[in-house]
Amino acid sequence: MQVNEMNAVNTEEKEFAPLIVAFCCNWCSYAGADLAGSSRLSYPANVKIIRVPCSCRVNPLFILRAFQRGADGVILCGCHPGDCHYSTGNYYARRRMTLLFSMLDYLGIERGRTRVEWVSAAEGAKFSETMNSFAETIHKLGPNRKLRDLRCER
Amino acid sequence: MLKLALEKANDLFAAIAAEETLYLPIEKSGQIDFYPYETDAKVRLDALHTVKSAKDLFFPQSENLMEFKMQGKTIEIKEPKRAEEDYVIFGVKACDARSFAILDRVFLSDPVDTYYQSRREHGVVVALACSRPEETCFCNVFGIDATEPEGDVVTWIEDGILYWEAKTEKGEALTTKVAALMEESDGAGVESQKTQVQAIMEKLPLRGLDLTRFKKDELMNIFNDQAWEQLSDHCLGCGTCTFVCPTCQCYDIRDYDTGNGIQRYRCWDSCMYRDFTMMAHGNNRKSQVERFRQRFMHKLVYYPNNNEGIFSCVGCGRCVSKCPISMNIAKVIKTLGVKAHE
Amino acid sequence: MREINEMLQNKVKELLDNGTVDRVIGWEAGDFCYDMAPAMFTKDNVDELLYNGFCGANQSKYLISESQKEGKVLTLLKPCDTYSFNQLLKEHRFDREKVYALGIPCAGMLDVEKMKELGITGILGISEEGDTIKVKTLYGEKECKKADVLLERCKVCKGNEHKAYDELLIPAEEAPEVPGGADRFDLVEKLEAMSEAERFDFWRGELSKCIRCNACRNVCPACSCRTCVFDNANSGVAAKANVDSFEENMFHIIRAFHVAGRCTDCGECSRVCPQQIPLHLLNRKFIKDIDEFYGEFQAGEDLETAGPLTAYTQEDCEPGIVMEKGGGM
Repeated sequence: MQVNEMNAVNTEEKEFAPLIVAFCCNWCSYAGADLAGSSRLSYPANVKIIRVPCSCRVNPLFILRAFQRGADGVILCGCHPGDCHYSTGNYYARRRMTLLFSMLDYLGIERGRTRVEWVSAAEGAKFSETMNSFAETIHKLGPNRKLRDLRCER
Repeated sequence: MLKLALEKANDLFAAIAAEETLYLPIEKSGQIDFYPYETDAKVRLDALHTVKSAKDLFFPQSENLMEFKMQGKTIEIKEPKRAEEDYVIFGVKACDARSFAILDRVFLSDPVDTYYQSRREHGVVVALACSRPEETCFCNVFGIDATEPEGDVVTWIEDGILYWEAKTEKGEALTTKVAALMEESDGAGVESQKTQVQAIMEKLPLRGLDLTRFKKDELMNIFNDQAWEQLSDHCLGCGTCTFVCPTCQCYDIRDYDTGNGIQRYRCWDSCMYRDFTMMAHGNNRKSQVERFRQRFMHKLVYYPNNNEGIFSCVGCGRCVSKCPISMNIAKVIKTLGVKAHE
Repeated sequence: MREINEMLQNKVKELLDNGTVDRVIGWEAGDFCYDMAPAMFTKDNVDELLYNGFCGANQSKYLISESQKEGKVLTLLKPCDTYSFNQLLKEHRFDREKVYALGIPCAGMLDVEKMKELGITGILGISEEGDTIKVKTLYGEKECKKADVLLERCKVCKGNEHKAYDELLIPAEEAPEVPGGADRFDLVEKLEAMSEAERFDFWRGELSKCIRCNACRNVCPACSCRTCVFDNANSGVAAKANVDSFEENMFHIIRAFHVAGRCTDCGECSRVCPQQIPLHLLNRKFIKDIDEFYGEFQAGEDLETAGPLTAYTQEDCEPGIVMEKGGGM
């Protein structure tokens, strides 16, 4: 997998390079990220991918822990609805994440910091676009202050 | 004795806060706890209690003991600074004030807990006499006079006037700093308040708790009493009673991996929790009845046995009003104490 | 209420005497007139069983441990308790065969904390006279309106119908009128309408009071895991204190999330909170969202309907809906 540096974030704005955690389903988006790489499509280097067996493996604690450990944005990528490797996993993930994101919004956490996108193994371009646009959103939002753990600050 | 009109109390607080951190009962989001004074703070001296007791200011719910930083093969150890500056705790009631003496016997006996010790040395306690005890109060059972609390300075509020009397050297030092704001008084208001409040104390429903059975030679009999089963039957195993208690002093020490080092911290622990004093082999108190018994045996038997008969309860009544299932030390005393006469 | 107490005592005695049940989970008097405590009764002490306006606590959770013991237990269910009863049953948390459920009437339960908030302190005695509560205190006689000192759950009462029972103490058509009428989502909507910063400040203020006593979790009939993730040393999130404000947020988000779709809105979490954090507002947010996104659902209403988080439809909204529908910015 090849990951290109995103110059805009890393050099020009040295003071804030957002850290993004992307949970990617093994069967689709993770392969999508691979395809993006082998197609030489760029996406930010500070997107850290965590491979999960299915989008529904991600429970709300994963999302919160990512923020605790320093993420500025967390994105979950899974198979398109109807295409789940385990037939229905992403349908459950969809409900869970909808409720979690709504709760975070309710608690006053910026709603742009979390996102769910469905990316198939064939959608390398979509993967790259998604990551670039998400990184841009997070960059605009600035560092995660509301859902951080001061002990983990570097 | 000095006095000050209550409406000028804010000037007094501001004067103290200008020199050192001043903690006092402040209402935030509907609840009263000790917080540092700020000009627009909602100071609530009229409240019976803070939710958490004043022990939080000497023995905070969590504090860092040390930090480890790892770099390659070297480990750097950083120790946090102990309290170095004086601070003032205003509005400590007689029950909470007595709890400090109970905690001192634990933390200041050998080996001395230096974190606690430094705070004790730098903290100035300005006690406030009770003017309106409630039905949950039973400090008189433990020989505490709600109208004459222990402290470096003792204050009374009666009829819109705050009376102030220094009791220790630390108290005198604080008084010197703020005496200009106050004037001399004969303390007549204080005497009349004492009489009134003492009369109320005599009417409190829990005043007659009988502690005579809780003696060394009864230890095993109380321990083996059948009543524990029924007393603890509905206990939820939450930590409410232990965390609002002014004398509970158990803590846990844990390491937290911050990703760039380790923080070793201690935090209040509760003997009501299943993982209290968990060891490699498991836990030595496996059922809630054992855990429940531990809490009250500690307060009523073990602690007094080791400390010249002083009970480790001050009758503040927090557990009485906060327990989700209305189980509390008063009920335990009533149930187990009765058998002395049988 | 006195009349009902007598009927209840007679009924319970009858069930104990004829061998229907071996023991009863009920309430006994505490030290004060208001602190009714859960207690276990058998033939020997059934005379001490008491039912009055301070029996608000939801005792359904005790069935998990009680049904593991020998013999049959009698549980007394107010209409709202039957929802938790059903929910626990649906999750196979207790053995229905070992439980006999007696539906008891309720006309609204009182909250002594609300009386204290009104400045009524030093309480020695309380009597109900119609809509007025008369209180004898150390500082003289006081009065307040019943409607002002009802438990939160009673203000938004689900109704006087029992959703599960083996027997009713009084026939359904004679059930007393219940209070209620307030919209339980009022405050949730108010919060949603606030700006993001206001919401953040509100919740920071509330959650920073948390002393992590776990009372909200331990009392909750829906929180029935044998080992909670927050007690599991290997989970990475176990903690006994909120060392950082993050842990306050995390604990309460996860607590509410773990009961989302299963929470019957019984309000025990808020009732037992020593810091009076309005935890029910977190649960109700999930309930409101579930209703809006996936259709009206009331946990514990029946034993059949699948829970909203264990079901799905292909047409479900996308998480991005929060971007459009979320609260004020």
